[in-house]
Amino acid sequence: MNSRGLRSQLKDSVPVAGFCPQSQFGVQDSLRGGFSSVKNELLPSHPLELSEKNFRLNQDKMNFSTLRNIQGLHAPLKLQMEYQAARQIQRLPFLQSSNLALDTLRGSDDTIGFEDILNDPAQSEMMGEPHMMSVSQILWSFHPVSARKVPDVDVGGSYLLESKFGLYF
Amino acid sequence: MALSNVLEAPAAGFNFENSSRNAALQAGLEGQTPRPMKTGTTIAGVVFKDGVVLGADTRATSSEVVADKMCSKIHYMAPNIYCCGAGTAADTEKTTDLVASNLTIFSLNSGRKPRVVMAVNILQDLLYRYRGQIGASLILGGVDCTGSHLYTVGPYGSVDKKPYLAMGSGNLAAMGIMEDGFRPDLELDQAKQLVRSAIQAGILNDLGSGHNIDLCVITDRGVDYIRPYQESQYKDHRTNKYRFRQGTTPVLTDTVVPLELEVVEEKVQQMETS
Repeated sequence: MNSRGLRSQLKDSVPVAGFCPQSQFGVQDSLRGGFSSVKNELLPSHPLELSEKNFRLNQDKMNFSTLRNIQGLHAPLKLQMEYQAARQIQRLPFLQSSNLALDTLRGSDDTIGFEDILNDPAQSEMMGEPHMMSVSQILWSFHPVSARKVPDVDVGGSYLLESKFGLYF
Repeated sequence: MALSNVLEAPAAGFNFENSSRNAALQAGLEGQTPRPMKTGTTIAGVVFKDGVVLGADTRATSSEVVADKMCSKIHYMAPNIYCCGAGTAADTEKTTDLVASNLTIFSLNSGRKPRVVMAVNILQDLLYRYRGQIGASLILGGVDCTGSHLYTVGPYGSVDKKPYLAMGSGNLAAMGIMEDGFRPDLELDQAKQLVRSAIQAGILNDLGSGHNIDLCVITDRGVDYIRPYQESQYKDHRTNKYRFRQGTTPVLTDTVVPLELEVVEEKVQQMETS
């Protein structure tokens, strides 16, 4: 059920280079990311790393394409608009939101998976500095729409290429 | 833009940050790495006339050492569904717990008892998603509104539905007994004896299985969890008492140093007893 993904859909997924945390000036951050090596930056170190990072993305894409094939274009269009709206309901940039509306839309509000037990972002020991996070979000809102970072819930904090309505075809 | 104090929230779920470090350590340590606790194991199940009988041994090993002599391998999933787990002990327990929680939520939402095939589908999706990295081979058995069912789910997500099954390192021995003794529509006692013999064969012929035999009988009237059904004949009996009597060690010298305490401040507070 989760695995009818098509390889062609992976082209929009998060690129591997999104793994190592970047520091200021783009230099490797040894404190947070460990020692740098070219191999680490090109390939994921664990076979599951890439598939887990893109899991929800791929599942959504697949479901939407199936829905489009069955019910026509309007169905995924309307759903995507609702997802966009639900994704905008967030708290302050440095606070963790429960994303209840998004969960309800996805249907994952009545299932428990490893993402609810392990590494819960609400229990994270680190917190971003409130002023810097708010400033950074305001600055990003002025950025042109082509590469927009939204406090993202399905792909942990990486950059997504989205069209105006966030459709994936 | 990436400032050093703008935090990227960690993604929920599995964290692979240390996997490259672990790979480097494994290459460096060359075999002295800590081993996870596996359940080695013989687990078996059979469908009989009124329901399902599941059986398991109780030994858990950590490479060559027995880590747990009385480990419980038959896990609860729903009031009418139980699951035997072989493979990495933590993986089987956590996975069955997760599926049990999901089934409970489903029962509360819909007001229905879950079906065995639902548990199997959830497990299959979960294990296939993680491509076998979660080392859990499970035998699920239960009775629901459609009848009694016995399924096996492999670590990579393969599913098989059979009237009799055996899994684990002792499955070859157990399967031999099962193949010979299975008949359709067995009685309860015959089914229990069959599963007992199958697990016994696994215990005798496999190093990863041992000690007691647990049985779980599931019928539409209820569940009978018999732990232990058969105890190991190799229990240790202490032949002597090994406590030393008082005065075995002679006392040579005795020094008492009184602690001098000085009263610095005295405060009396009345307690309200009304």
